[in-house]
Amino acid sequence: MTLDEIKPDQECEIVDTTSGGIMEQRLLDMGFIPGTRIKVVRNAPLVDPVEFLLKGYNISLRHSEAKQVEVTLL
Amino acid sequence: MSDKSQKIMVALAGQPNSGKSTIFNILTGARQHVANYPGVTVEKKTGSFRLQDDRVELVDLPGTHSLTSYTLEERIARDFLLNDKPAAVVDVLDASNLERNLYLTFQLAEMDISLVIDLNMIDVAEKRGIKIDTQKLSQELGAPVISTVGNKGKGKRRLKEAILSASKKRQAAHFRINYGDDLEPILDSLEKRLSEEMEISSRYPVRWLTVKLMENDEEAQKLVRKYSQKSGVILKLAEEKREAFKLEHKKSPQKVIAITRHQEAERIVEASVTRSKEITRTLTDRIDEVACSRYFGPVVLVATIYLIYELAIVQGYKITEYTWPLLAWSRDLIASLLPSEGFIFDPFFRSMPIWVVDGTIAVLNYVPIFLILFALIAILEDTGYMARMAFILDRIFRHFGLHGQSVLPMVIGGLYVGGCAIPGVLACRGMKDEKARLATILIVPLMNCLAKIPFYVLLIGMFFAAYKGIAMFFIATITIIIALSVAKLLNLTVLRKRLRAPFVMEMPPYHIPTTGGVLRRCLERTWLFVKKIITIVILVSVIVYALIYFPGISEERKAHFISQAEQAQKIFFKKTGKDNPYAGFMAGDNLMDFTRYWRDYKKAKMGAKGKKAKQAVEQGFREKNLEFFKIVKRGKYKVKGEMIKDKHAKKVYTAYKKLGKTTNKLRREIKEETIITSYMGRAGLFLEPLTRWAGFNWRVNIALMSSFAAKESSVATLGGIYQSPPGEKHRLEDRMKEKEKGWTALHVLAIMLFMAMYPPCIPTLLMIKVETGSIKWMLFATFYPIVLGSIIAVFIFTGGNLLGLSGMQAMFAFYILALIVLVLMGLIKREQEFA
Ligand SMILES: Nc1nc2c(ncn2[C@@H]2O[C@H](COP(=O)(O)OP(=O)(O)OP(=O)(O)O)[C@@H](O)[C@H]2O)c(=O)[nH]1
Ligand SMILES: [Mg+2]
Repeated sequence: MTLDEIKPDQECEIVDTTSGGIMEQRLLDMGFIPGTRIKVVRNAPLVDPVEFLLKGYNISLRHSEAKQVEVTLL
Repeated sequence: MSDKSQKIMVALAGQPNSGKSTIFNILTGARQHVANYPGVTVEKKTGSFRLQDDRVELVDLPGTHSLTSYTLEERIARDFLLNDKPAAVVDVLDASNLERNLYLTFQLAEMDISLVIDLNMIDVAEKRGIKIDTQKLSQELGAPVISTVGNKGKGKRRLKEAILSASKKRQAAHFRINYGDDLEPILDSLEKRLSEEMEISSRYPVRWLTVKLMENDEEAQKLVRKYSQKSGVILKLAEEKREAFKLEHKKSPQKVIAITRHQEAERIVEASVTRSKEITRTLTDRIDEVACSRYFGPVVLVATIYLIYELAIVQGYKITEYTWPLLAWSRDLIASLLPSEGFIFDPFFRSMPIWVVDGTIAVLNYVPIFLILFALIAILEDTGYMARMAFILDRIFRHFGLHGQSVLPMVIGGLYVGGCAIPGVLACRGMKDEKARLATILIVPLMNCLAKIPFYVLLIGMFFAAYKGIAMFFIATITIIIALSVAKLLNLTVLRKRLRAPFVMEMPPYHIPTTGGVLRRCLERTWLFVKKIITIVILVSVIVYALIYFPGISEERKAHFISQAEQAQKIFFKKTGKDNPYAGFMAGDNLMDFTRYWRDYKKAKMGAKGKKAKQAVEQGFREKNLEFFKIVKRGKYKVKGEMIKDKHAKKVYTAYKKLGKTTNKLRREIKEETIITSYMGRAGLFLEPLTRWAGFNWRVNIALMSSFAAKESSVATLGGIYQSPPGEKHRLEDRMKEKEKGWTALHVLAIMLFMAMYPPCIPTLLMIKVETGSIKWMLFATFYPIVLGSIIAVFIFTGGNLLGLSGMQAMFAFYILALIVLVLMGLIKREQEFA
């Protein structure tokens, strides 16, 4: 499944990033690498974007961007 | 000693929000210089401080998570490190986030840089139960490690010592990442090949270049092309190795490189960090539970925006009531130094400088507002709430090609009523998304800035007096509706090809901002603004003055006016009578002296508030010239405490009053004729056949055109054009209605909407030029609002007339239409995000 499908308060582990290009590089730089545990913290009031917690810091992505991260639910 | 001292260049690098600027400030104190990196809008902050016998030049680099060539900030930081070759680099790390921060440290180390590791925010780390073994960390990285608490100034001395020894040694950190058995052999062979190229390998760190080529970094490839004769061979070799790696391992080298760096960071953290407690819920979490929640989030956001508006715009405006007299006083001071005014014609070297000074203080008047605004923005930035604003609003703004971060510039520009586009444009700085940033810069001037408000109030007073509240609400909100549609339109057209950045946004933990930091930033920005703007305002107002006052009225007309003035003076003397004891005091040049005395007296009396002040004015003028004083008092004055009625003085008073009226009338006529025959006036007349479709006659044209220099002047110019008949004092609304009998509410509505879409003032245009780095965008920002405003005005006026709508009907119809357009615009699908 992909990261955008995970509901708030659920945790998952990253399997791979798939987008390529600038988007993928950004995700890699921010620590979205295989094996990392990631928790969905909350949706924005209008549902998009979403806030995540990984490696002790918080980061928000749009759903369309989170779709490019493959994960497995923990 | 000073001539022997060396200049040592040192740079501060680090991830965003790690405290670089704070460290910069404690190291340099107040000595700093803020500018932009050439050609781009990223701030370049340099400062210097003494270190024993040497002078250190410190450069604050933009904060970056990584050093790829994808974002502007990263490119700037990287180019600086590569080309300016600082003697040492202080890598500022957020100790509470060590693992992620090390990711950048590795990349710095790879660049063969003499590093000093600054473990900042050690207090935050301790609070979270994170204990870092600095010795171990120093061993691992092969670089000195200093812990600091930036906002408390802790660790400053040790940091300086470390900087000194690192810059003296100029020895690169001996840390080297092992990218694993799959990649290392490839890197090795490519590195060998590159070292054979003399020029490039002497210019750039070879290992770094090798890694970058494997990462398929475009800028690194450019370097190879530039500095190596065999660039074709090398790039082809790198490309082949990359492709082969991808095929064999099903992963791109850049992914493997990034993963290895993260793993290495994890390993080092494991080796040097002990956690005493596991904190699951930080204070930031608890705040965000409310601040970003479904229902409270928007409420908090609106409250924040309202607070900014209230404090900066409303309260700031109140402060200007206190600072204005100061400016007015300096204006009078300057005026008193200039050649004095004439009877009916003022000398050029008086009227021109006064015009310029008026234009300048009109802008300076807003400085209190800027001070408050900039302080509030600094607080928003420092606390971390800015990211939350973007988080909450992104969904809405994205539909119009904007970004969650667009809201702040729009608020500052005057989202509701009253703002200022200059700091609004400036506030677009932090936006990473180039496309959204440009769109925001271009629509901020459509908001209702403070200077437009008096114009609205005047026009609403003319035809919508019964519906003041509704009309004001209409004009305040219609601008947002139009601006959003415009943003989308720009996005689909002129900005189509611009780069979009991924949204990926860090939500930093909340910080309590420091007073010093906020003050410093707010003063810095205000000063920058004042310096830049004032010079331009002066230049432009000289030009506008020339357009409004030249070529001036003909010699014939001049002679005509002068003879009329002389005629009036003759009548005055006749009425006074030859045997009047005051006749001598008024003869010859004395009449001019008296005229000035009279004007000054009237002005001083008007300006004096309260009994005491009035008495002081009386006393002052009495001492200045007793004979004149007797006249301006209509012959009623006290001598040694006794009231005297002076018949002769009263006679002079009555005669002069008549003369004064005549001269004022002449002055007004001269001014009107000057404006009509000026270049601007001719343009106004010339355009009338066109602007008639929008309901503008030449008088309106002149007023609108002259607003270009500063919108504050629009009401003043109208005041000049619609003079009240001599002897009668009517409000400007009434005078305009009197003169423009044919006007309907549609005329006024069209003018109002044109003003709402009015092109940015000169200072704003200048800001746009600075922030976009291009004259092209500045010109675009000038002309598109004119086109848009004209279309809307014609639409309202001609359309409204054809349909026979009343002012209110036209207003409602237009509002609904604009809303429909807005919704349609929002529904147009956005193009694919990124390649
Ligand atoms: N608690 C604590 N706060 C700090 C420390 N150093 C800096 N801060 C605060 O952290 C915030 C960010 O600091 P800055 O100096 O602006 O960070 P920066 O690295 O320049 O950020 P960018 O320019 O955005 O990359 C400010 O509110 C500082 O007051 C520290 O050692 N401890
Ligand atoms: Mg900074």
